[in-house]
Amino acid sequence: MKPKVAFFDFAGCEGDQLQVANLEEDFLALLGQVEIVSFREVMKEHSDNYDIAFIEGSCTRLQDEDRLKQIRKNAKIVVAIGSCAAIGGINSLRNYKDLDAVKKIVYGESAKLFDTYAARPIDAVIPVDAYVYGCPIDREDFLHVVKSLLLGKKPETPTYPVCVECKKNENVCAFERGQFCVGPVTRAGCNSCCVNEGTICWGCRGLVDNPNENSHKEVLIKYGLTVDDAIGKFRLYFGWQEAKR
Amino acid sequence: MNDSSLDVDVHHVTRVEGHGNIYVNINKGIIEKCEWSISEAPRFFEAMVVGRSWSELHHITSRICGICSIGHSLASLKATEGALGISISEQDLKLRKLALHAENMQSHVLHLGFLVLPDLMGVGSVVPLATTNLPDVKTVLQLHRTANEMSNLICGRTTHPQRLIPGGFSKIPSMKELAVLRKKLQDAIPNLQAVAGLFKSLAGRFPNFRRETEFIALTDPNEYALYDGNIASSDTGTAPAKEYLVFTNEYVVPRSTAKWAKHVRESYMVGALARLNINYKRLPPKARRTAEMFNLSPMCYNPFMNNVAQLVEVVHNVEDSIRLINELEAAGLQTQSDYNKPEVKAKAGSGIGAVEAPRGILFHDYTYNAKGICTKANCVIPTNQNHGNIELDMKALLPQILDKPQKDIELTLEMLVRAYDPCISCSTHAIKVNFT
Repeated sequence: MKPKVAFFDFAGCEGDQLQVANLEEDFLALLGQVEIVSFREVMKEHSDNYDIAFIEGSCTRLQDEDRLKQIRKNAKIVVAIGSCAAIGGINSLRNYKDLDAVKKIVYGESAKLFDTYAARPIDAVIPVDAYVYGCPIDREDFLHVVKSLLLGKKPETPTYPVCVECKKNENVCAFERGQFCVGPVTRAGCNSCCVNEGTICWGCRGLVDNPNENSHKEVLIKYGLTVDDAIGKFRLYFGWQEAKR
Repeated sequence: MNDSSLDVDVHHVTRVEGHGNIYVNINKGIIEKCEWSISEAPRFFEAMVVGRSWSELHHITSRICGICSIGHSLASLKATEGALGISISEQDLKLRKLALHAENMQSHVLHLGFLVLPDLMGVGSVVPLATTNLPDVKTVLQLHRTANEMSNLICGRTTHPQRLIPGGFSKIPSMKELAVLRKKLQDAIPNLQAVAGLFKSLAGRFPNFRRETEFIALTDPNEYALYDGNIASSDTGTAPAKEYLVFTNEYVVPRSTAKWAKHVRESYMVGALARLNINYKRLPPKARRTAEMFNLSPMCYNPFMNNVAQLVEVVHNVEDSIRLINELEAAGLQTQSDYNKPEVKAKAGSGIGAVEAPRGILFHDYTYNAKGICTKANCVIPTNQNHGNIELDMKALLPQILDKPQKDIELTLEMLVRAYDPCISCSTHAIKVNFT
């Protein structure tokens, strides 16, 4: 019997589920290994009988918690896919603002009709068994996690920063180019894909376990940057993680 | 089932991007309720970008949508560049047009092959088609992959582009890489013809429905407008993009977390069919022939034909991309650093970026302070502009199909929603609204 899998989304852009559709021929191969029973973005069929639930997006309102708890109840394994689900991601930018004010700016008099709270990752609401990081997720990384789960293994996740991969790729360091980069404290696994394309690491995979803050401070001082510069950049994706620390 | 009662409640319409619901309530043959509503969680992007730097806005607003992240990035960059007085080179302009073609092609092929084709084949998703119609599915996948490879090459990624930055590109492809892409695009043409043939054989399954409405799209005297142009309305003519608020007039509908919009009528339509109706004369030859194959020409008032208009546009994307690569080659591709970062001086100002995203005209409007920090933002999303039109189409279509079994009514209404290819994550990014 092929394991049954389901995809769900909360507050997010659905770019991670698109990466699954973007597997192209590998998507057909995936269909050979698992039975997809729910994937609203691409299929009409739906079943609550599934083994693995992939969840995209942050939880941003109380009313969505029940749906998450139901998914947790139905699934043997819950996987958070993408930055919004795994770490809170870019949605947590608004957590630094007064949410009532934000709501009023956006919906004016009708603000009371739409409830919301601080954007949070899925594991702030229900236990999560595995993570696929990134904004968006990397297709190979997704397949790696799926393969590990099918083999009954816990997927391995890098515990070192993006700099390790970036050095291996022989990129010119962003700091050397006069730019600010959060690669030194961001979890690797993306093969430094943004720096490879000529930009910087924005931190979408979240803080690495035990980030070496002292050495990062040294880097900032060496390049004449301030802690304020750093905080601004950290807030882009690390908001929820920072608040928890 | 004219005299009976019926409740249709399609909670979370499938095979669309995001969460939208259809509510229909018929009592003894009388339609008491026919509603389209959006339940997606709101995301507040306009509030989130306030306080952020000009160098980040395209990165943040790209996340409004995973499907049209290139369109959002480009609208964002144009708004920032307008505000800060930055111009881009002729070469970068061509490369950006290629980026938009790549996204348009990717998005349309995904919609037609994964989301629409199952309806026409009478199945619930592309999954069973992978068994019953494998060659067709493979042709679609091949086209989809070519579009994604093009995004990868031009933007450095398929979703949430990296290379597109204020003032140009952080990194550009080599002419050799562009030539390889050109070959793939040429090879895509027979595949496209095969898909066109498949849709032609199934086109009779699109309901023959017509409701007159207003169409709004960008227009340009020299080309089929996607990256740039004036705003054109099929009712009122053209106006510069900076006057977008005159057209969009967004308003809050209490049952929907997304905003709605209207211009001179109760609603208007944006997207492939709007573009085709307005810019038909500027379609290149192969795209024009594809439209003729389906007898599609202006003014077409059947929203289901938006699917066919998308197919025509994919042909245009391929044809025009080949032309752009030829032009880049003829002009000689200027090389640049692989970590290019154009010099930008922050200053106070406002700018508006308008582009045609796959689902229609998209506006980003930013104000920056002297330090280049965003103080105000407004984004008007294609799908929001279509919500009103979707509901009015539903209300007009429903009486015509009341005699059908409930299952068929439900499917036809779902097909109508899907024809608009709504992008609901986008549409609930939340917009500032003025109450009077």
